[in-house]
Amino acid sequence: MSMVEKKGASVWLTHIGLILGIAVMCFPIWFAFVASTVTQQDIIRPPLPLMPGPHLIENYKRALLEGVNAPVWKMLVNSTIMALGITIGKISISIISAYAIVYFRFPFRMVFFWLIFLTLMLPVEVRIVPTYEIAAGLGLLNSHAGLIFPLIASATATFLFRQLFMTIPDELVEAARIDGAGPMRFFRDILLPLSRTNIAALFVILFIYGWNQYLWPLLVTTDPEMNTIVMGIKQMFPSGDDWADWPVIMATAILAMLPPAAVVLFMQRLFIKGLVESEK
Amino acid sequence: MADVSLHAVRKSYGKTEVIHGVDIDIADGEMIVIVGPSGCGKSTLLRMVAGLESITAGKISIGNRVVNDLEPRERDIAMVFQNYALYPHMSVRQNLAYGLKIAKMDKAEIDRRVDKAATLLQIGEYLNRKPRQLSGGQRQRVAMGRAIVREPSVFLFDEPLSNLDAKLRVQMRMEIKALQRELGVTALYVTHDQVEAMTMADRMIVMNAGIAEQIGAPLEVYNNPQTKFVGGFIGSPPMNFLPKAAQNGPASATEIGVRPEHLRFCAPGTGLFDGTLKFQEALGAEMLLHLQDTTGRTIIMRVETREAPELGTETVGVTADPADIVFFDANGKRA
Ligand SMILES: Nc1ncnc2c1ncn2[C@@H]1O[C@H](COP(=O)(O)OP(=O)(O)O)[C@@H](O)[C@H]1O
Ligand SMILES: [Mg+2]
Repeated sequence: MSMVEKKGASVWLTHIGLILGIAVMCFPIWFAFVASTVTQQDIIRPPLPLMPGPHLIENYKRALLEGVNAPVWKMLVNSTIMALGITIGKISISIISAYAIVYFRFPFRMVFFWLIFLTLMLPVEVRIVPTYEIAAGLGLLNSHAGLIFPLIASATATFLFRQLFMTIPDELVEAARIDGAGPMRFFRDILLPLSRTNIAALFVILFIYGWNQYLWPLLVTTDPEMNTIVMGIKQMFPSGDDWADWPVIMATAILAMLPPAAVVLFMQRLFIKGLVESEK
Repeated sequence: MADVSLHAVRKSYGKTEVIHGVDIDIADGEMIVIVGPSGCGKSTLLRMVAGLESITAGKISIGNRVVNDLEPRERDIAMVFQNYALYPHMSVRQNLAYGLKIAKMDKAEIDRRVDKAATLLQIGEYLNRKPRQLSGGQRQRVAMGRAIVREPSVFLFDEPLSNLDAKLRVQMRMEIKALQRELGVTALYVTHDQVEAMTMADRMIVMNAGIAEQIGAPLEVYNNPQTKFVGGFIGSPPMNFLPKAAQNGPASATEIGVRPEHLRFCAPGTGLFDGTLKFQEALGAEMLLHLQDTTGRTIIMRVETREAPELGTETVGVTADPADIVFFDANGKRA
């Protein structure tokens, strides 16, 4: 319930504004969807159709099983492996490094922290040539490992977990020590549950980050069977005057949007639940 | 249940020493209150007993076992923290059981102990709630419960009541004291509140700047302060200090101390102090009279309200029984 009850015209105006906004945002997606349900002829002959046609199942089946260069289901699998690998990898590595940096005294601790922090200034694009060199040297081209590992370190996530751990009162750590919890138990029983919300939020952000990777997959995968879906869409465009299979391309685009949308929808529930439950 | 002894215990952080050698032998079942102003090293001392701080020098033993190099969980202690330090994501029951679970105690015994503590502390109906669904007083009880279920030899409390409102604080301090008596567990209790110290302690340690200035039963410390600091810190309002008159007391004494309630009126010029009334605080049954002399020195006198005289701007004399006067030397020690 809003604190201020608005009445009459202003309610209508705000709603019309919002609906218009949503319509503008959604129109390209709607159009992509429509284009994935009609035939090639319907698309290239003006006017553009605005209502879905009867070829939905046929187009999607063709995209999934045949595609243009490789079947889209393979690209979906590749993308899923890559996005999950990056997400889970980034979260595990960063939560463990933040744990080390916040709770353990070891030589050059702050040096390591700043080193991690510095990598924030070196995104993939900046270091892409040497990274490619190394990946090639290790024989990681055209492999899932090659898609995942170069992107798996995350200074941002490490930093986020560090900030979170620093807000956990020392007395809580001490209470756990008195209760007899060693470092591993403390991590598992106290820190992990307290980080649940952060993990959920990071999962959403990092999954989308991983899913939407374009430049790196473009470099390391030359075999169409190893393409990820986001870069694969671009590969479906013909070079020169060739004929583009728009219904299949549009079906692929729609398919590419579904997993991230599902992650957002599903995790958002968890995310809000986490927020409500773990507030101290 | 065990004796605890601290022998020449010191603590330094880097080059700064913050505890300058504390000795005390605590009997089994005794409640010792460590009291002193903020920053004097009370928590540091307690945390050394707990094993949360290393011991720079000296020896701490619990039940005839030197614990200097033992981990907290091996010391057979339990600690209650000022902000309770409950695990926010665990229910009250899980909070209580966590330490026992780690100790791999069997489920039935854990349940038995948790239920017993919950009954004792009247938190039975909250067992399935999360800490954030509890009031300050209830959290305080849960923190106590977490200490009790361990059935330790020693309870350690670090200002456990400072976050409660005044009324609850008075109630809880009686409850803690009663509980400690009932369980017969040795306890070390840190507070900066001298009333809390007076009312709860079997014996108290008055600390100042890393030194145990006096160790003794509350009334003993109150009536017979060994240093000027103790006289000033214990008692509210504090002891009055006046320069020693030439004729009385030991030769080394430079100052005298006298409690506000031991002062009585006399003819001006014949007592310890002459002054005029500056203001008075009526506390109900009793009244505090603030008297000031011509040099600006103030003393506080405590009288029964019914016996309080109507004072105007006249100069009055104040004196006390010689038996109620204590003498301090130039270093603030008893002369
Ligand atoms: N980790 C630390 N490093 C350096 N100095 C500390 C540390 N902890 C406490 N101190 C110092 O030790 C003294 C005693 O602190 P503490 O025992 O917390 O006092 P209290 O509990 O009596 O208020 C203070 O002067 C404080 O600044
Ligand atoms: Mg303290």
